[in-house]
Amino acid sequence: MVDIQKINQNGITIVVVIGEVDASSSIDLDSAMNETIASGALKIIVDCENLDYISSAGLGVFMSYIEEIKANNAKMIITGLNEKVFNVFKILGLDQLLETADTRDQAIELLK
Amino acid sequence: MKYSQEIACSKDNLRLVRDFIKETLNQYVIAEKEVHSMVLAMDEMCANLIIHTHHCNIDDSFEIQIIVTENEGVTFKIIDEHEMFDLLNYEAPSLDELVKTQRKGGIGLILVKKIMDNITIRTENGKNCCCLFKKVKVQ
Repeated sequence: MVDIQKINQNGITIVVVIGEVDASSSIDLDSAMNETIASGALKIIVDCENLDYISSAGLGVFMSYIEEIKANNAKMIITGLNEKVFNVFKILGLDQLLETADTRDQAIELLK
Repeated sequence: MKYSQEIACSKDNLRLVRDFIKETLNQYVIAEKEVHSMVLAMDEMCANLIIHTHHCNIDDSFEIQIIVTENEGVTFKIIDEHEMFDLLNYEAPSLDELVKTQRKGGIGLILVKKIMDNITIRTENGKNCCCLFKKVKVQ
């Protein structure tokens, strides 16, 4: 249901999330995020351009790493959220807690 | 018009829940953003029931009903023999609290309460029924 790919590009770790993240598949997103942060990545992009659906289980994964990312002096930007998914961010107020950008290229610029 | 679907208690069936709701609501003219919100709220309710009430026991099941009333909105019923989680008296943690404690759960029911306009829990024909209403333009 979800496919997660990781790309390292000029010191930036890009986590590409494809498909649907729900209570059943959020464990895969959690493993990928945990692995990325534990590896000491300081610049992280989560590319959600091909994320069709995310429930609270997936959103909770992003939220649970906010403190650790801050403690590591790292930065995470979530990109490519479609309108429906971004609406969920807004309903919860997550757009105020998590940095987002429209595209991966914009996020790369912000991380320079 | 009333639609019904039996759901066996496996997390893998959350996709079936979403497809059932999407396919039912897509028979009507309802804004896509509203359909997505309702799908999400019901996914959260069913995930909570499957995981916390039924402990993912595939031998257990519950029923979802969708009642579409044109010019009024959509009513969802979750009907289960097991006791329902008391969503009405649930005090959701704040986002700040969740971030500080690094908890992964806890926001699903916040979403349900924010998305749905009215929630009631009652008994119907000897079974427990959680009734969720969304006021939405339906044609």
